[in-house]
Amino acid sequence: MAETIKLTVARYRPEEQSEPTFQSYDVPYNKDWVLLDALNHVKNEIDGSLTFRWSCRMGVCGSCGMMVNGVPKLTCAVPLTDYRPSEPVRIEPLQFFPVIRDLVVDITSFLGKLSSVKPWIIRDDVEATEVAEYRQSPAELDDYKQFSMCINCMLCYSACPVVGLESEFAGPAAIALAQRYNLDSRDAGAEERQDVLNEHEGMWGCTFVGECTKVCPKNVDPAGAIQLYKMATAQDWMKSMLLPWGAK
Amino acid sequence: MTPFLWFLFGGGGMVSALLLPVHVLLFGLAFPLGWFEAPSYESLHGLVTHPVTRLYLFVLIFLPLFHAAHRFLYTVCDLLQVHGSRRTPIAVVCYGAALLGTAVAAYTLLTIA
Amino acid sequence: MSNPSQAPTVDLKLYRRPMPFGWWLENGAYFRFIARELTCIFVGLFTVLTLELVQAVGRGPAPYAAFMARLEGSAYIAFSLLAFAAVLYHAVTWFNLVPTTVVVRLGGERVPDGLIAAAHFAAWAVASLVVAFIVLRG
Repeated sequence: MAETIKLTVARYRPEEQSEPTFQSYDVPYNKDWVLLDALNHVKNEIDGSLTFRWSCRMGVCGSCGMMVNGVPKLTCAVPLTDYRPSEPVRIEPLQFFPVIRDLVVDITSFLGKLSSVKPWIIRDDVEATEVAEYRQSPAELDDYKQFSMCINCMLCYSACPVVGLESEFAGPAAIALAQRYNLDSRDAGAEERQDVLNEHEGMWGCTFVGECTKVCPKNVDPAGAIQLYKMATAQDWMKSMLLPWGAK
Repeated sequence: MTPFLWFLFGGGGMVSALLLPVHVLLFGLAFPLGWFEAPSYESLHGLVTHPVTRLYLFVLIFLPLFHAAHRFLYTVCDLLQVHGSRRTPIAVVCYGAALLGTAVAAYTLLTIA
Repeated sequence: MSNPSQAPTVDLKLYRRPMPFGWWLENGAYFRFIARELTCIFVGLFTVLTLELVQAVGRGPAPYAAFMARLEGSAYIAFSLLAFAAVLYHAVTWFNLVPTTVVVRLGGERVPDGLIAAAHFAAWAVASLVVAFIVLRG
């Protein structure tokens, strides 16, 4: 028989267990596979009860994120050959999220955090769209483009210990998304977003661990976005204190 | 208030990074271990009482104290998992200590003769 | 089923793993982060020591000599070794993170991160030499 590799997968079946256990599966060490292919092999050929999310298989939908040997990764983007067949690969649900079943986590709080930062263009003259488009130069686009590449895969939340420590912390992706709109030349909602994020549960909870940026599959650099946001907020604060008579 | 404290944290981090290593190396290791002869009292006294040095020393003490206070507060709360309003007494102690040190430094540097 | 408010709700029994007490020991990156943050203890203590030095100089030649003699004690040497390692680690990690915190533009072009960090390392070397020169000039 061809070479195999062992996957040690976290299982949680809420109807019969109170906390997760591990189950091992031997799968072919197929050099053309990514980790998600190996999990689908388990699902199709070995144990149909294994539950996990996936969709696009090409690093765009952001739904197959899991902890692989303790590191958050998109399993569709990890070649099986990144791991040696002699050592089992440990696969767990994204950490710091409540687990629904096996590798599926509850993303309700994440979705709430995303919408709390008002991730849409805010401006007073909305009716202008009926007359003309909002124009933007390539340089203005460059200011925020990097932060707009987020696919909401939540790897950054699983990399961030502050997310695990402070359940109310808005988290890397949401703050980076706020910054994406703040830096957009067409947007005028920075002040409204600051009301939400100029809080301990907002940007000030971040202690710049920097892991969010390292695990991001889209090079969004949430850590950078948050530090730039802190800097801008601190400068605004200093201006409002030093120039209390000036228009803010 | 947090934006202002973060500003002090950042400024203190920069001052600490640029200047503390050479100070620790000189006064903590080089002079006590005899690698270099420690400056004489007269020369150091002349240096410390110079107005520019007074200002330099104030910045060297005040900003790193607030840097340390801010970072220590966050680290202690991360390590001991302290949340919400229970952080307040720790914050008062940390920033209070930095404020006290700053006041003593200001008094010392203004009155030194 | 088209109206989400009428979708059936399921009573989920979610598993929430509590944050372990030693969470920062389980992961190399978290450990390095906590080590970086704890350098602040030595930053604070050495700053207090510097304040004491200034006070000793203010009191006269004898208190200054006594203070310098105190620094020769083995406990102080051990502290200084740890403090030196800590402030070095602080400086290196700090300069490496600065480019993330600021965007510098020269002539419309964004200055690359490596260059910003290198400029800080250079400033560190210059500042250290200037301080050492002024103190040692004696």
